[in-house]
Amino acid sequence: MKYLSEYRDPELVKQYLEQIHHITTKPWKLMEICGGQTHSLVKNGIIDMLPKEITMVHGPGCPVCVTAVSIIDEAVYLAQQANVIICSFGDMLRVPGSHKNLLEAKAEGADVRILYSPLEAVQLAKENPDKEIVFFAVGFETTAPANALSIVQAHKSGIKNYSILASHVLVPPAMEALLSDEENQIDAFLAAGHVCTIMGMEEYFPIAEKYQTPIVITGFEPVDLLQGILMAVQQLENGEYKVENQYTRYVQREGNRLAKQTMNEVFEVSDRMWRGIGNIPQSGYEVNEHYKQYNSRIKFSLNLPVAEENKECISGDIMKGLKKPFQCPNFGKACKPEHPLGAPMVSSEGACAAYYHYASVQQPEEAL
Amino acid sequence: MIELQCPMPKFDFDVITLGHGSGGLLTHKLLQSGVFDILKNDLLDQQHDGASFQLNGKVAFSSDSYVVSPAFFPGGNIGELAINGTVNDLAMCGAIPQYLSLAFIIEEGLTMDEFWKILVSIKEAAQRANIQIVTGDTKVVEKGKGDKIFINTSGVGLIHSKANIHHNNIEPGDKIIVSGNIATHGIAIMSVRKGLEFETTIESDTINLNHTVKNLLDQFGNAIKFLRDPTRGGVASVLNEVAELTSLGFELDQKSIPLIEEVEGACEMLGLDPLYVANEGLFIAIVKNEIADEVISVLHDDENGINAAIIGEVTEQHPAKVLLKSKIGGRRVVNYLTGEQLPRIC
Repeated sequence: MKYLSEYRDPELVKQYLEQIHHITTKPWKLMEICGGQTHSLVKNGIIDMLPKEITMVHGPGCPVCVTAVSIIDEAVYLAQQANVIICSFGDMLRVPGSHKNLLEAKAEGADVRILYSPLEAVQLAKENPDKEIVFFAVGFETTAPANALSIVQAHKSGIKNYSILASHVLVPPAMEALLSDEENQIDAFLAAGHVCTIMGMEEYFPIAEKYQTPIVITGFEPVDLLQGILMAVQQLENGEYKVENQYTRYVQREGNRLAKQTMNEVFEVSDRMWRGIGNIPQSGYEVNEHYKQYNSRIKFSLNLPVAEENKECISGDIMKGLKKPFQCPNFGKACKPEHPLGAPMVSSEGACAAYYHYASVQQPEEAL
Repeated sequence: MIELQCPMPKFDFDVITLGHGSGGLLTHKLLQSGVFDILKNDLLDQQHDGASFQLNGKVAFSSDSYVVSPAFFPGGNIGELAINGTVNDLAMCGAIPQYLSLAFIIEEGLTMDEFWKILVSIKEAAQRANIQIVTGDTKVVEKGKGDKIFINTSGVGLIHSKANIHHNNIEPGDKIIVSGNIATHGIAIMSVRKGLEFETTIESDTINLNHTVKNLLDQFGNAIKFLRDPTRGGVASVLNEVAELTSLGFELDQKSIPLIEEVEGACEMLGLDPLYVANEGLFIAIVKNEIADEVISVLHDDENGINAAIIGEVTEQHPAKVLLKSKIGGRRVVNYLTGEQLPRIC
């Protein structure tokens, strides 16, 4: 398959692996930011092929996993309101809230729809003028442009029965939060290729400099990941800390200007609660003042009590890279994809679900 | 698309109504000028509460309900799916399918034209599989209580004299064979699902496999140790079940698993692993190592096995687990399908 098989070429994979083995002399902990990268590493069996000195730590880059319980509660509350149709990406339906998830709300009669694009939700608003359509807008900088565009389009078409429940999170503040954590053990980052396709590289230079940590913007296919790992290890072995771009076929230094323009038009940066990590200042997007009639929180005067996280779930330690999924006492036992205790077991991009589905061969037997 | 070879009889109505399931005159008319006529055979013609017949020998019995959405999809419709599905379940038991029951649950509003198309494809599928539909039922539910049409079929078949299909027969060294490209049916259905439509030429491969299986059993007898059609949950789920039942390890080689490039592309786009995507018209056979190559060449001569391939083998290592050697040489566990399953694909 063109544009894919080239990046899954066994011969190239072998060459990169040989180079990584050749240059690695010390133990290094590398964090891949994005859940898509985690998924690919585990699914392709790459982790077991790396030198034993290299530990891959699975970062917080799965939007489903980091969406706070309180926001799920807001979505469930909205779903239960008469006359509301709530639209969401499929994975969000199973994420547990304080009392129930969206799937349970749906079974009780709420109108919950799975969509693949926010623009479908705008269309739904057009077709159902007597209903309120809420789009559950989760995601990193990658999904933000389309969600912003949905508001711009609704506004242009004079659609008033559409709003979004923004749960957007931003990567660079999360990286800073991890790096400034006392327990931080991360030596280098593989930054998320798709986030950088939108945002570009600029935000990462000050982080690499301040924390003296190499950052390599990396893609998602086996060859991408191995090349990214090689570039990061090369920097570490040489004592360097630069921002490098492995994903040059998509990522430009300035990012996607049009996408950023649309986001800036609709969103403002705000504080955001992250599941398992807590509040990170200036780490999310909220709908701005100008478009506030499209903000579900304002439209429905949301003011729910702050919910407590499930204490049995160690997702915070997983996402900070302090623990591996199979080091959790509940992994594969009380916590499984069919009844998750926390979000990393829900989404296919969550570290726990990735380990559960595609478990590493070297994983301890009792953890399976 | 199915060509309507049987002209639709003149009905007094354009759509199925609640009255057609009442058991009264409308039901009678629908059955007389529709169902009984097109599916005609001696046993059905008795028009009794059930069918009486003689079977001599060991019998297999299987039942399945079909709720596929949408009911008409590229490469077929729910009618032939309902026949092929139960025929194939019987074939996987090592049986020669003989008689089927056919029960409809119809949502009022289904057009007579659609119902007729489904009936015609049922008739054609029954003919292809050489089985008879000998008893049945028709119910109609209110609008909104169904999804156009649901079908249940049950069937009986006579076990092939040479067959001994049982997971207990599987041993280390046996080879794992798939009879064709995987994931085709599931992706064909996904391509027309509301909200997900994408342009493709992929068509469902739904087909009866009983003649193909009989041919294998005729030639190889009990060296064919195990058969299963990996419908919902896909190839991965079936192999996990067998691995668990046998406490043996199953090792797959990703690069030998046959897959249409367009299906692979659609899986990439939708974020699906083809090993978990539903299949029709496909079976997994676990066979004695010594005959594996011969089985493949026999399958390659059969129109339902042109793309058959050996995809892995049974091993004593990693008991009760399925492992996959990835294309790039990594190894990983292939677990059960959990979480979001593609809704209603068979």
